[in-house]
Amino acid sequence: MLNYLWAAMIAVGIIYAVFTGNLEAITNAALDSAGEGISLCITTAGVMALWMGLMEIAGQSGLVAKLTKGIGPVLSFLFPRIPREHKAREYIATNMIANVLGLGWACTPAGLKAMEELARLEQERGNPEYQHGVWQKETGGSASPRKQTAASRTASKEMCTFLILNISSLQLIPVNMIAYRSQYGSTHPAAIIAPSILATLVSTIAAVIYCKIKDR
Amino acid sequence: MNVLSHISDIIIPIILFYIVGYGVVSKVKVYEAFLTGAKEGLKVVVDIMPTLVGLLVAVGVLRASGFLDFLAELLASLAEPVGIPAAVLPVMLIKLFSGSAATGLVLDIFRTYGPDTYTGMLVSILMSCTETCFYTMSVYYLAAKVTKTRYTLPGALLSLAVSAVMSVILAGMVS
Repeated sequence: MLNYLWAAMIAVGIIYAVFTGNLEAITNAALDSAGEGISLCITTAGVMALWMGLMEIAGQSGLVAKLTKGIGPVLSFLFPRIPREHKAREYIATNMIANVLGLGWACTPAGLKAMEELARLEQERGNPEYQHGVWQKETGGSASPRKQTAASRTASKEMCTFLILNISSLQLIPVNMIAYRSQYGSTHPAAIIAPSILATLVSTIAAVIYCKIKDR
Repeated sequence: MNVLSHISDIIIPIILFYIVGYGVVSKVKVYEAFLTGAKEGLKVVVDIMPTLVGLLVAVGVLRASGFLDFLAELLASLAEPVGIPAAVLPVMLIKLFSGSAATGLVLDIFRTYGPDTYTGMLVSILMSCTETCFYTMSVYYLAAKVTKTRYTLPGALLSLAVSAVMSVILAGMVS
């Protein structure tokens, strides 16, 4: 799916640019964006290292376990099939807590670790796609014989739920937007807090219902 | 506003203090633990570096070609009758791919219309209650090396659509 999306974005962009005469802009955009990707990683790296370092302390001191226990009922409701003592629960808990507090920089590292742990959970469940070093036989049609791709993994139900909830973004205080609004002379920059919480609550409820239906 | 910006200023120091303090009290070798974790964090960044480059190039190409603007213009005639101003539509579309690009458009709207107008309120709420869909999906699924995402996208789009509807309704109520 991401393969097609990525290819489509590039193809559509270039073909459209041919017709509108924007090819020169494409050249610049491609080169600039590639550089932007690296500089974004470098700025993220420090924050990532800091946060993961702190999380290690929090993990060893039992703080994470305490927090995870706190939102345990919520996790058990959303992810009924993740074993109670599995590490994935901890990372999902951290990611959700960071999400709610609006700590964008803290969400991603925990989220990425959560995904890795969810993949490990699949491995432990004996899902063949998740075993290391397993090469999948080419199924279907015209695949070239030398195309020997690693097993293409299918998302587990837990991953789907986790990602959908992440994208629906349960956030208490949209700090950035409030700052931008006051910067542009809003008389009441914080006026969006209540509507934002309400909107995000409704969309998250919709997401949970959707996941629960799909999860059955 | 002042209170709020104070909250956002102090929240990180509080977290730092609390985590390190809790570690010391629990007799964890805090600095050694920190180093172990920090190393892990850097590994994560190296892992997502290629994705980030690939994704930003694709978004950059799409944006520079003018296709996103074209699409938004095309959809504007559909959106305006239901209360979505033409200027907001590109934000909705681009927010699916890139948060920072969408922020750029939002600031442009604040400059042109003002943050307290209906349009300004609508984009403010919209930006606050949605997450960058495709970016999040590709980065997170890459970490688990998953390529078949099953019902993630429909679910995410459903929740974003609900957010958009709620934003339109609520923006109409408060502005």
